[in-house]
Amino acid sequence: MHASNVKYRLGKSYGFQILTYVLAFACVIPLLAILFFIIKAGITKINWHFLINVPKPVGESGGGIANALVGSILIIIVAAIIAIPIGILAGIYLSENRKSRLAYWCRLSTDILQGVPSIVIGIVAYFWLVKPLGKFSALSGSVALAIMMLPIVVRSTEETLKLLPDSLKEAALALGMPFHRVIFKVIVPVGISGILSGVMLSIARITGETAPLLFTAFGNPYLTTNVTQPMQSLPLLIFNYATSPYNDWHDLAWGASLILLLWVLFLNIFTKLITRKWKVQL
Amino acid sequence: MDTSVENGMITRSDLPLRVINSTPEAILKTKKRARRSFRQIRTENVFKRTLMIMGLVMVILVLGILLTLIVQSLPSIKSLGLKYLWSKVWDPVQDIYGAWPFLLGTLLSSFLALFISIPFSIAIAIFLGEYHPKGWLPDFLKNAVELIAAVPSVIYGFWGLAVLVPIVRNLESHIGVEPIGVGIFSSSLILAIMIIPYAASLGRSMITMVPSHLKEAAYGLGATRWEVIRSVVLPYTKSGLFAGILLSLGRALGETMAVTMVIGNTSLIPKSIFAPGNTMASVIANEFTEADKPVYLSALIELGLVLFLVTVVINLIGKKIIDRFTNE
Repeated sequence: MHASNVKYRLGKSYGFQILTYVLAFACVIPLLAILFFIIKAGITKINWHFLINVPKPVGESGGGIANALVGSILIIIVAAIIAIPIGILAGIYLSENRKSRLAYWCRLSTDILQGVPSIVIGIVAYFWLVKPLGKFSALSGSVALAIMMLPIVVRSTEETLKLLPDSLKEAALALGMPFHRVIFKVIVPVGISGILSGVMLSIARITGETAPLLFTAFGNPYLTTNVTQPMQSLPLLIFNYATSPYNDWHDLAWGASLILLLWVLFLNIFTKLITRKWKVQL
Repeated sequence: MDTSVENGMITRSDLPLRVINSTPEAILKTKKRARRSFRQIRTENVFKRTLMIMGLVMVILVLGILLTLIVQSLPSIKSLGLKYLWSKVWDPVQDIYGAWPFLLGTLLSSFLALFISIPFSIAIAIFLGEYHPKGWLPDFLKNAVELIAAVPSVIYGFWGLAVLVPIVRNLESHIGVEPIGVGIFSSSLILAIMIIPYAASLGRSMITMVPSHLKEAAYGLGATRWEVIRSVVLPYTKSGLFAGILLSLGRALGETMAVTMVIGNTSLIPKSIFAPGNTMASVIANEFTEADKPVYLSALIELGLVLFLVTVVINLIGKKIIDRFTNE
């Protein structure tokens, strides 16, 4: 009886181990299904023509997504220009003043900002920029995306700089270097890999964001490089065309999905290579 | 020139001694050096102040978001009152606003998604944290989970619309409900996939932090692997796992695009989990740019305010639990 009890317990143990394996790897199935389906549906749509043309009106086949590509890149660049300096400086502040009251509130705000639903940020950007200026603009979309980038940049900067030994900073200060030069010539260069991977990660995250752009960048069927005008972006184009009833537009959306997916994957792999090369802990 | 030392301090009067003995070039050099070090002190102060301002910017941003939402939803709070949240009819054409269909839709889809995803995310956490912390197989799984988090939500939505909705429609016609396809069930499935990584990666790091002497003691008493997991690892990490699930819930509540694309977008109260509906986020996404009346717009913003407050509370509780866990 005793032996059978042990056997039963061991069997139960193996049973649960197998169940864990099955459940854990079951999650890979939908991922692979999505990847394969997007690649299968998108790969036939993509060619040179697709990349350099703007969408055609309903009824005409062909057309491309050049406006969305240019728009996405511009919106992200402007967002990065806004968010990176603020984010890195705020991160430096947090790592230099760990105990101050402002640092506590700043850290709390960063945590809050990280969890805010993207649609809420879209609403806020609408009231801060679109309504006062009286029109939808790519700039307001960039601001919304910059707000989404900030917490990631701040956090990764703070976490990276926190890990650096104090002796580095003390040595530089003892040589008579002023504080700002210690930061820019010693602290930031040593921690640049962590900061950079945080920046890359935040860009990868905002690349696929649609909700904040719905009421800000709004979308535009034509190619424009003017950031004060409404502008198309890849996720917006996918959303608008995927929910339309036209097959031609679905085709465009599949091609655009594949390009967006490749772009996001590339950014993620790039970040991974950075972290692996410099052995960053994120 | 006499050098005077008072109270052990060298006073100013000894400085000219060196200067007077120097050539004019040296005087100029000293002046320059003094000016430069003053400039550097000034830059240093400006820099420190800039850092502080950037820290302040983060706080102001969050307060600004909260204030904007409150101010813009005031018209609806004033004219509709608190009962807005549980009035059951949403008909902007007739000027009737009730948020209950959306609250119900949000709660149903998020919690259903959460229940679907919990077994999977905990299985991943146990697999990566306990069974196989190292090796190529867990590396593959870890990368796959990160990839699930990286795929943009609009792509999940599009895939759901093209692939998942027909499958669900097929299923619905088999079990005898109205085969619509789009609806709360479809959006829960998509959401479940999307939120797996959050609980899984947090759970994994929590499980790897279980002290090995606890596990070894249990093994020493003759426990099997499953018994160690069930009576040592899981109880030890339960608050951490709970925090991970809370963060997943926060994600599910605020997710907009994927849900908007597959939930069907009706403002009626969903009769079952297969019925089409709307969540707070999806109704904002759908109707915000069409809202022509001030009360309509501000009713939508009030939904945004509720969403903001709920996700903030959930995230802060989750973070608190994690902090307490990691400090122990």
